[in-house]
Amino acid sequence: MPETITIEVWRYRPEQDSEPAWDSYEVPLRKEWAVLDGLNHIKDQLDGTLSYRWSCRMGICGSCGMTVNGEPKLSCSTFLTDYAPGPVRVEPMRNFPVIRDLVVEMGDFMAKLPTVKPWLVSGDDEPDEDAEYLQTPVEMDDYKRYSMCINCMLCYSACPVYALDPEFIGPAAIALAQRYNLDSRDAGAEDRRDVLASAEGVWACTFVGECSVACPKDVDPAGAIQRYKLTAATKAVKDLLLPRGAR
Amino acid sequence: MTTKRSPEPFAWLLFSAGGMVAALLVPVLLLLFGIAFPLGLLSAPDHAYLASVVSHPITLLVLFGLCVLALLHWAHRFRYTLYDGLQLKKYGVPITICCYGGAIVGSVVAAVVLLRAL
Repeated sequence: MPETITIEVWRYRPEQDSEPAWDSYEVPLRKEWAVLDGLNHIKDQLDGTLSYRWSCRMGICGSCGMTVNGEPKLSCSTFLTDYAPGPVRVEPMRNFPVIRDLVVEMGDFMAKLPTVKPWLVSGDDEPDEDAEYLQTPVEMDDYKRYSMCINCMLCYSACPVYALDPEFIGPAAIALAQRYNLDSRDAGAEDRRDVLASAEGVWACTFVGECSVACPKDVDPAGAIQRYKLTAATKAVKDLLLPRGAR
Repeated sequence: MTTKRSPEPFAWLLFSAGGMVAALLVPVLLLLFGIAFPLGLLSAPDHAYLASVVSHPITLLVLFGLCVLALLHWAHRFRYTLYDGLQLKKYGVPITICCYGGAIVGSVVAAVVLLRAL
C-alpha cells in the first residue's frame, strides 16, 4: 500500500474565484481513514481555507454528503484505501447550488420536507396526553426501513429526475412521508396525499432507482415511491368510481 | 409547487398493466413463433388449426388486450423517454397526444387485424 494518496478537491471561493477549479493535496493513506479524514487533514495541516460540512463521523448526522469519484457518498463512510492508488476526486453533491467549495445550498429540500408532514398526525381531536399508543413489532416493520433516513440528500444528488425537474418533491421526502403513512399510530395519510399524489410528487418519478443505490442507510426511496404510486392510483380509481361515502 | 391532482395514476396503471401482460405473454409467443416453430424445435400447428384458435372469442380478447395494454405501456414509456431522455418536456401536450394517439391508432389496427381472423 502506498504511503500517500492524492485528493483532488473541487474548489469554489466566490469572493476570489470567477470559476470553480481543482486543487490537489497529498494526504497520508491509512487503512482507517475515510475521505472525510483526508479532508480534515487538508483543513488542519495543508489548507485551512477548504470548506465542507461534517459532524458525527459515523454515518448518522447526514452532513458530509459529497460526490466521490463521480458517485454520491457520505465522505465519513467512504474509505481512501478503496480508491488507492488514487487520485480521489471530491466534488460537492450534484443537483444543488454550491455556496462554497463542497458546501451546497439545501434550502430547497428544507422547504419541501415539511410539505409532506413528516411527523405523526393524531387522529383524535383532543389526544389524551397520558395515553400510550402501542404498536406491535410487525406494525413497526411496515415503516422501520423508511425511518432510517438521515436527510443526507445523497438521493437527490443521485436522482436524474430531480436534476431535470427541481420541482420534484424528491426521494427522501416521499420515503419520509411513507414512514409516517405506514405507521399504525398515524392518521395523516389523507393530509399528505395532495402533495404526494401531485404531478410533482410520486408521478414525477420514472423509477430510475439511483436513489436507492445511493442511499447509505438502505432506506430504498425508490421502493417507497413505487408503493405510494400504487396507493395513489388505487385511491384515484376509487375517487372516480365510488360515491364519496364508500371510499 | 403544485398540489393539483394529476391524471397520471390512470396512465401509470395502464402502463403497469401493459408491462406485466407483455412480460408474461410476449416472450412465450416470441419463443414459440419466432424460434421454436421456424427452427423445427417443435412441430408447428397447421394453418387451419391456428386459424380456428385465433378466431375463438377468448383468444381474440386476450390478443386484443395484450396489444392495447402493450401499446399503452409503450406510449407512457416513450413519452417519458422524450421528456427526460431528449429533454423535450416543454412540448408535453403534442408529445402526449402523439404517444397516446399512436397507441389508440395501433389498438384500432390490432382490432381490425384480429376481427379479420373471424
